[in-house]
Amino acid sequence: MVPLSYYLVLSGILFACGVTGFLIKRNIITIFMSIELMLNGVNLSFVAFAAEWQALSGQVFVFFVMVVAAAEAAVGLAIIIAIFRTRETLNVDYVNLLKL
Amino acid sequence: MLHLLLFLLFGLACVAGAVNLLVQRHPINSALSLVVVMGSLAGEYLLLGAEFVAAIQVIVYAGAIMVLFVFVIMLLNAGEEERTSGSRVALLLGVPGMLIGAVLVAWLLVERSATPAVAVGALPGDPQTIGWLLFHNYLLPFEVTSILVLIAILGAVALASQPGMEASAKKEG
Repeated sequence: MVPLSYYLVLSGILFACGVTGFLIKRNIITIFMSIELMLNGVNLSFVAFAAEWQALSGQVFVFFVMVVAAAEAAVGLAIIIAIFRTRETLNVDYVNLLKL
Repeated sequence: MLHLLLFLLFGLACVAGAVNLLVQRHPINSALSLVVVMGSLAGEYLLLGAEFVAAIQVIVYAGAIMVLFVFVIMLLNAGEEERTSGSRVALLLGVPGMLIGAVLVAWLLVERSATPAVAVGALPGDPQTIGWLLFHNYLLPFEVTSILVLIAILGAVALASQPGMEASAKKEG
């Protein structure tokens, strides 16, 4: 038997890895993958809480998160393709038009 | 006991994949370690009795979304990531601060939460129950997400299409 807190700690570790990747990575595709990692960490806590409170709503929310993640991936990767077409780079340091 | 062992096995695979995603410099290696993370998360979902979520996790996440990522990496011919120097203050303050915060949160969660163990298979996570819930209690959010997906499809097509393609298509047609 595994306590709920173990699942929450694992979910926190995954989310923290996602945040770290989002901050330290320079490749725009890897940054996108870090966002997916964060969403996965949140999904794990949803399912763990669903099992803890015996409420299936938590599992239904996971599907909504997945749909949003899929939509986000489709639009985001299209944006990445558009950026690569105009700027010829995947490094976010060179995509700095909004920087002072 | 077996439950805990499986949890640790899948959890270690998860964390190893997540750390490998951060360490690798080539995006295709990061993408493949993300597949490992998603696959072992499906194992965790099975341990929690969410069998339908586990199946969808493998099909949609590890299948469809990751194929999209790998396809874009291949399409853009993404190479090794360039190294850029980060801020020294962030390294000196951020890493210890994050470690302290993580240890505190984990300690609080493990020590102070008087939660009973999660029983295996106590919750019916089969497709029938989930589907009933999805199409009765959550029908409105379901329809809203379908509109979201429609808009995402249109947006992806509009963004990824070549700027001059419409004009040339009109000329040919």
